Amino acid sequence: MTIFLQQLVNGLSLGSIFALVALGYTMVYGIIKLINFAHGDIYMVGAYIGYFVITGLHLGVVPAIIIAMAACALLGVVIEKIAYKPLRHASRITSLITAIGVSLFLEYTMQYFMGAGVRTMPDDVLLEGVLQIGGVSITYTQLMIFVIAVLLMLLLQFIVKKTKIGKAMRAVSTDPDAAQLMGINVNATISYTFAIGSALAGAAGVLVGLYYNSISPLMGMTPGLKAFIAAVFGGIGIIPGAMMGGVSIGVLETLVAGYGGSLYKDAVVYVILILILLIKPSGLLGKNEKEKV
Amino acid sequence: MLKVENLHVKYGAIHAVKGIDLEVKEGEIVTLIGANGAGKSSTLKAISGLEKAAEGSITFNGQPLNKLSARNIMKLGISHVPEGRRIFAGLTVLENLEMGAYLRKDKAGIKEDLKKVYSRFPILEKRSRQDAATLSGGEQQMLAMGRALMAKPKLLLLDEPSMGLAPILVQEIFSIIQDIKAQGTTVLLVEQNARMALSIADRGYVLETGKVVYAGTGEELAESEEIAKAYLGG
Repeated sequence: MTIFLQQLVNGLSLGSIFALVALGYTMVYGIIKLINFAHGDIYMVGAYIGYFVITGLHLGVVPAIIIAMAACALLGVVIEKIAYKPLRHASRITSLITAIGVSLFLEYTMQYFMGAGVRTMPDDVLLEGVLQIGGVSITYTQLMIFVIAVLLMLLLQFIVKKTKIGKAMRAVSTDPDAAQLMGINVNATISYTFAIGSALAGAAGVLVGLYYNSISPLMGMTPGLKAFIAAVFGGIGIIPGAMMGGVSIGVLETLVAGYGGSLYKDAVVYVILILILLIKPSGLLGKNEKEKV
Repeated sequence: MLKVENLHVKYGAIHAVKGIDLEVKEGEIVTLIGANGAGKSSTLKAISGLEKAAEGSITFNGQPLNKLSARNIMKLGISHVPEGRRIFAGLTVLENLEMGAYLRKDKAGIKEDLKKVYSRFPILEKRSRQDAATLSGGEQQMLAMGRALMAKPKLLLLDEPSMGLAPILVQEIFSIIQDIKAQGTTVLLVEQNARMALSIADRGYVLETGKVVYAGTGEELAESEEIAKAYLGG
């Protein structure tokens, strides 16, 4: 039981990082029906920015997260304007392939400038310590990751539900033409969506860098893919679904690893994707919608 | 108020509207009738800025609309209730209505107009916290109209408001349209239900394959034999 609870704790902190990344996938998909495969690499860029803020500017974790979020938001908006906007009316496969291109571009640009090697994130900025509850130990880092992720998700939920821009985002994602008739600036709303989604990925990048102590230009590939699976698992386009999917995938992966299946932990996640696509393609929270002609 | 001259709309190779002229005067209900594919909806879309006119001019109170975005056209006071209602599923009824007032900043005025919409469509107040997708077809039409009225338009463009509704609801929708006119909003109405549309319209235009083939007052058109044969079912 203790092992189970311990793995659950580990899984929750990893899962909340997946959830942050999955949110960006799901929001972008919701609004322009694009699987933004470059999203995982924005998370990588976020990790590098966090690294430089901490090692170069000698600032703490919170400023690092904020700066990484701002920079990634900007990066997301620029990518959308340059790469995706001209393809808004092209077929979906065109945008999808472009997204893969953007992903490779970010990975290898980073590699060109920073080298392919792994860099070590300094851990002296973190509060050292372990919380013992029963037999379960929770490190302060895990706690911090979880708290920051939850705060960001609450903030997102507030933006989407209560603010004017959030309502505009929901309106555009259900019906862009009708939204235009309300006087909503669709392009600006899409930019905001990219900004918010990328900012969350940036925050996740810094958090994961701190969690694993290491960053590299290709670090976004696997977590990006897993976050995508998390978004599909919860129901792509549905925000609470991404949160749930992210946490579930994180917990599942950690449990598999914790019970001796380290070698299979990635495979299990991919099996989940296959199963969900076979059994309930619209995801856990998704409704089966008929396409209207 | 609204003047459309020699309007052409094209979708790629398809030439949907081929030189339409029409006019809407303040305080009128003007209807566009005609079969499927006659270019009625395309004309409305060109006016509200959803489609770009390939040729011709559209002016609203003397201001040309051709180059304006849908957002700016809406700011001038034209609201478009699109075909098929196009309410925002997943947003509550109240949120849908709030979206209608998206460009307005006068909070007190918005509140007042919300009250007006609720008194015109009491069912919407009852369902204000409900997901708009759960409404029936008639209720969705009312929501779409209420949402457009939240913008406080001078000119309301209605595209097939009676589509798919039970006869009794059609009656109700049409009496609401008359009511909207009585309260000072000009209406440009696109309808397949030509008889009903002509009965409440001050003037009407009959469209056929992208051109105006008849124009006249509602009564004239309703009484014309040719139109009766072609559009009113004999």
